[in-house]
Amino acid sequence: MKPTQIYQIAIILAFVALLEVLCLTKVIDKITMPAPHFILRDFFLMIIHGRYFHEVGQSMFNVMIAFVSAFVIGIITGTILHAYRLVRDVMDPLFATYYAIPVFAFYPLFIMIFGLGDGPQVLIGYMLGVVAVIVTILNGLDRVPRVLKKTARINRLSPFQTAIRVTLPFCAPFLLTAAKLALAYAFIGVIGSEFIMARSGMGYEIGHAYTNFDNATMYPLILLLLLISIFMNGILTAWEKVLLARRGQA
Amino acid sequence: MTSSAHVTLRGVTKVFPASDGGPGVHALGPIDIDIRKGEFFAVVGPSGCGKSTMLELLAGLTTPTEGEIEFEGKPIRDIPEGVGVVFQEDACFPWLSVEGNVAFGLRRSNLSADEKARKVAAVIKMMGLSEFSGTYPAQLSGGMRQRVCIARTLVVEPRLILLDEPFGALDQQTRLLMGDEVLRLWRETGATVFLITHALDEAAMLADRIGVMSARPGTLIDVVETKWPADRDSRIVERENFGALTSRLWKSLRDESMKTMGRMGI
Repeated sequence: MKPTQIYQIAIILAFVALLEVLCLTKVIDKITMPAPHFILRDFFLMIIHGRYFHEVGQSMFNVMIAFVSAFVIGIITGTILHAYRLVRDVMDPLFATYYAIPVFAFYPLFIMIFGLGDGPQVLIGYMLGVVAVIVTILNGLDRVPRVLKKTARINRLSPFQTAIRVTLPFCAPFLLTAAKLALAYAFIGVIGSEFIMARSGMGYEIGHAYTNFDNATMYPLILLLLLISIFMNGILTAWEKVLLARRGQA
Repeated sequence: MTSSAHVTLRGVTKVFPASDGGPGVHALGPIDIDIRKGEFFAVVGPSGCGKSTMLELLAGLTTPTEGEIEFEGKPIRDIPEGVGVVFQEDACFPWLSVEGNVAFGLRRSNLSADEKARKVAAVIKMMGLSEFSGTYPAQLSGGMRQRVCIARTLVVEPRLILLDEPFGALDQQTRLLMGDEVLRLWRETGATVFLITHALDEAAMLADRIGVMSARPGTLIDVVETKWPADRDSRIVERENFGALTSRLWKSLRDESMKTMGRMGI
């Protein structure tokens, strides 16, 4: 294990230990937050008894749909925009101001259009992520060396083959960054939407537990959400490291 | 086209249009030259004289504004079959191993997978990269990466090899050794080689004939025959007349280089 990883783990453990002390000494009262060892106990009980598995599965499924659609559509749109300078110039101001628009404000509109199902949550997760993917992929495509494009032409690759075999592979580190952003936004969009107006899902259960002072449910669910998010990001980060090491950029 | 000409340029001119609709930049020409089959032809000239433009025209990467270029008797309209290019910049694909980079050149080939693998292995061996076939470009030196690019070009057995300052980013010793390798490959493949370089000694060492270009718009102001034997290598620099040859090249180039420096305000 590298020293930086040891320090990272040490910082997390120190933070948990500090919380434990603050909770046990009642600096933080138990209605606000139970001691971390109680949270861990409730977490394991929740896992052992399979409570909320259905809700977790439903939320993760929606997160995955939002993530995959934002990622795939973002890459395709970014690649097309890169090929058409005029369209890109027209769209650039929208991308620059996109994140100033509170997407959640459209939630009532989405409910009117899609109803009270999972559609609005997925759409918000997708909308939050897709522009981040487009901007990241455009950034990557801008950096493809001209000589690689010339090499593709010398090897008689069509524009589509050039995209698939040269420019997108060159942008792989940017694709992984885009994937990480899309995943993070999918989590924020889907779980956040479930908080506001849903009748099921992890976000709804966390919100419901909060309004009922049910810390034995709320904190284990938050912990599970954290672990899932960290695990998925960890996979992408590990993949990114392998890729960058091959390219001498690690 | 003369009987032994492999590549012919007739009145070749390139003018880059100005973005503001102005008169444009006259970068090259008119150029008239025949390059013989199996010849090693080098072009030297001051910075910005249109050397690389000339190479891109031969590669079919761009089209002349005026004039005609023929390769094996056929006019070049697009990327011609049988032409390979090695660029100055590192053109290795960083996500592919040495083997993957070399095999990339055979992507369009109709050969079976076994035949392709055999061919790739043979070229990798010829370039002295066998030990590194599974290595990624980032783990190789600049000289080795350039050898990978040369291998990727050679694997398709081009009849015309275009070299655009291929050793420009390498140190002097590596350049001399790479020069030896290029001469060996030229002899082994029998291909016609067209080299762009700004290094007079490199051109003098490698080429059968050297075209000297004027400042922009680049035209050929002199063509020097080196009369070196085909089995030469970098030790040719020890010859007495090597100095005389580079001096002649510099004499032709000096005024043109001064013009370029004057334009650049140096």
